[in-house]
Amino acid sequence: MTAPLLSMRGIVKSFPGVQALRGVDLDLHAGEVLALLGENGAGKSTLMKVLGGAHLPDAGSLLLDGRTTAFRSPQEARAAGIAVIHQEFNLVPGLTATENIFLGQEASRAGFVPRADERRKAAELFRRLGAELDLDAPCSRLTTAQQQLVEIARALARDARVIVMDEPTAALTSREVDRLFEIVRDLRSRGIAVVWISHRLDEIFALADRVVVLRDGRNVGARPIAGLGRTELIELMVGRELADEYPRRTAAPGLPRLVVKGLSRGRAVRDVSFTVRAGEILALAGLVGAGRTETLRLLFGADCRDSGEIVLDGRRLDIRSPRDAIAAGMGLLTEDRKLQGLVLGQSIRENFSLPNLAALSRLGMVDGRREREAFGRHVDRLRMKVPDQEQRARNLSGGNQQKVVLAKWLERDCEVLFFDEPTRGIDVGARHEIYLLMNDLAARGKAIVMVSSELPEVLGMADRILVMHDGRITGEIDNGPHVTQEQVMRLAMA
Amino acid sequence: MNPGLRRLLSDYGMLVVLVLIGLVFSVLTLEEQPATDAAAARRLVAAISRQVPAGGRVLVAVRPTPEDGRLADALVTELSAAGLDVADVVRGEPQAVRASLDRLAKAGSKVDAVAATERTASWLVLSEMGELFPTLGQPPIVVPDTVVWPNFLKADNLLNIANQIAVIAIMAIGMTMVIITGGIDLSVGSLAALSAVTATRLIRDQCGGVEASTAGMVFSCAAAIVVCGLLGGLSGAVITLCRLPPFIVTLAMMLVTSGLAYIASAGQSIYQIPESFVWLGRGTGLFGLPHAVVLMLALYAAAHVLMSRTTLGRYLYAVGGNPEAARLSGVPVRRVLLFAYVACGLLAGLGGVIMASQLKSGSPTYGAMYELYVIAAVVVGGTALSGGEGKIVGTLIGAFIIAVIQNGMNLANIESYTQKVVLGLVILAAVLVDRLRHR
Repeated sequence: MTAPLLSMRGIVKSFPGVQALRGVDLDLHAGEVLALLGENGAGKSTLMKVLGGAHLPDAGSLLLDGRTTAFRSPQEARAAGIAVIHQEFNLVPGLTATENIFLGQEASRAGFVPRADERRKAAELFRRLGAELDLDAPCSRLTTAQQQLVEIARALARDARVIVMDEPTAALTSREVDRLFEIVRDLRSRGIAVVWISHRLDEIFALADRVVVLRDGRNVGARPIAGLGRTELIELMVGRELADEYPRRTAAPGLPRLVVKGLSRGRAVRDVSFTVRAGEILALAGLVGAGRTETLRLLFGADCRDSGEIVLDGRRLDIRSPRDAIAAGMGLLTEDRKLQGLVLGQSIRENFSLPNLAALSRLGMVDGRREREAFGRHVDRLRMKVPDQEQRARNLSGGNQQKVVLAKWLERDCEVLFFDEPTRGIDVGARHEIYLLMNDLAARGKAIVMVSSELPEVLGMADRILVMHDGRITGEIDNGPHVTQEQVMRLAMA
Repeated sequence: MNPGLRRLLSDYGMLVVLVLIGLVFSVLTLEEQPATDAAAARRLVAAISRQVPAGGRVLVAVRPTPEDGRLADALVTELSAAGLDVADVVRGEPQAVRASLDRLAKAGSKVDAVAATERTASWLVLSEMGELFPTLGQPPIVVPDTVVWPNFLKADNLLNIANQIAVIAIMAIGMTMVIITGGIDLSVGSLAALSAVTATRLIRDQCGGVEASTAGMVFSCAAAIVVCGLLGGLSGAVITLCRLPPFIVTLAMMLVTSGLAYIASAGQSIYQIPESFVWLGRGTGLFGLPHAVVLMLALYAAAHVLMSRTTLGRYLYAVGGNPEAARLSGVPVRRVLLFAYVACGLLAGLGGVIMASQLKSGSPTYGAMYELYVIAAVVVGGTALSGGEGKIVGTLIGAFIIAVIQNGMNLANIESYTQKVVLGLVILAAVLVDRLRHR
């Protein structure tokens, strides 16, 4: 094995109240794709922030090309050739791709920027990436996949030798994911080291050369992918045996509860009709932009429908706002929990109570003790790792944030629950807990509609699968062991 | 440090700033004060007793001020307790003292001692008493000992501060709620003017002017406050239904309202109102506190309970923190925003009524630039303009910081133009300190 390009030795980092890294060792070789795995809270982002110069470690050292270095700022890390591409990109939406690529490193003469020169260099970078996009459009108009390419081009423009990609495929369609894989393989062949942080095990097995697993701030195993089994990997991450990744249940859906007829809204949702039975998990599958999230939002009253009828337990509902939907017994776990599911500046207790205040208060005054007790029950039941209820929602890991959102709706004992990408950005351990919870809700007779872009999840959890494309339902599949991902994909691209 | 204590410090840290500023002004205004309390009187009488045998006659000479009057009362009590006779108690100017001494001389009595204050002791009639009234003897003139105490911390001054800031502080309650929802209301100053004009005009034209009854005055004030509430509601409605930025809407409302105030008053000050109207603005009552101050404290207590313990309070914070997430959690966002703007309007109206009561007249020029002081009080108190956080009590502290600085500068004889510069800089510093604390 050649000498590592980058070595991190004994990295220790603490924050008030939490020790994120307890002495992590990591080796990175040129021309390899290293997958970094770990539950939320295991220390992955903190480690990458140390690597990227955003945090100074409390102890430990960093070796680049065998020489000890330290990055006291992100600029120093970038100058040394380390590029970090975050899950939420660091692009300025109003600037064009070219401007974003050269932001901070414009080779300006007397204050004037050489625009033509930059444009040429940007075009060359994209050509090498095999991508085509409008160099003059503001980045806000580019698709997520295109924005990601701009980020990669930016890294290459700085002659990056290490590129860290955090959850790169979270918002990509599968075609775009394939394209990204090709690009990463190309980067690898050019000698660049890629650190791939993702929870999607299929991708890791398809793309990575080696995998490093972090647990509780320590490196618990570095293995080559070849010959590594899926179960072994999951066990390393979680530290215990996971019997089933997708928990089994004896599905016996009962009578129809939610009947939707002719739901429409412009071009986004066109004449969608379906039924959900008691105790059933119905999955809405399809590509990004197929209209799945839009359908859920129409049902929940978050958007106004042009036409359509919603019947719950035989009663016709007139839903014109989320308040109406909630009063009727529905709950929506949004796709983006930070933007739409939580008030990040408030405590998790306050977030939990928000739709439940009527039940937790008397004559308009909130009963603090009842509130704390109610939330405490959910903290225990959902196994939330939180030191106290007053924590600000923004300080929690993704998995714990999602649990807070879940607790909100569980307290209301909703009859119909809409899950929009329930396990996006969440580690394997927490995912499993959410799956168990969904099964439990179904067992109690609730009707569940789940939107998911992860086909393994769809096949693992759903009783029935509705596939959408371009606003319409293109197919319905009764889930069973014979159903394949290809079947679903075909309908999704119809 | 346990998290609860840390949170408390974080939320109300500006209190520390207030205390520090108070300390600075206390040091700057230290002065020798004549002690005028009962203990001082006792000591003075004790000093006299050492020089004068029991049964001796003592003249008490003070100025006709309330403070001196209290001293005189205390002296009389102590003198009788010490077995000394009170020859006379003079509360007046030097002429009154001269008249008293004349009477005593004509009556042939003697004066064994004079109990006076620093000021009265320096009057010629007393300092030259030996030459002017030789028959009265050569009584020693005894004055109370002095104590070094900041003028700033005298009870009268502190109450004065509270009374002066009451209007701005009350208006700032509504502004705090609006800012917490992520909005702003620039019309509060003009609303106060309209309220003052409306209330006084109703009293003058509809309720009998100077002969107006209490019921008439109450009705007029209530009507003025309601009008302001409705205008606040109009702002809120336009903001929520037409989705226009609060800055623009309330800016327009500020101009409209100011114009209405001028129209309603024909540009003049309305003063034909009963004397008793000043009860709210100038009267004192409970524990010697001015009525306006009592009202201010009561409103702050109520607002604190609303924001920290009620459903509505939670909704206000949620709407300010993330309106979309709040909506998707079933919060009636539009109604909550409307409430904030109506409340702000009502409280601005109340502020105008208090101003009219303080100045015993209503004029469209009242409240000019008040929105800036009100917003400053909110921001200095720790509420972020971006919304979603902030404490009501913090605003009270912020209002006091502003009032204390103005008062302190007056006492320290800082020139008024310089005061403006200092006030602006201090507001900047206070917000900077707050930002650093939150890092």
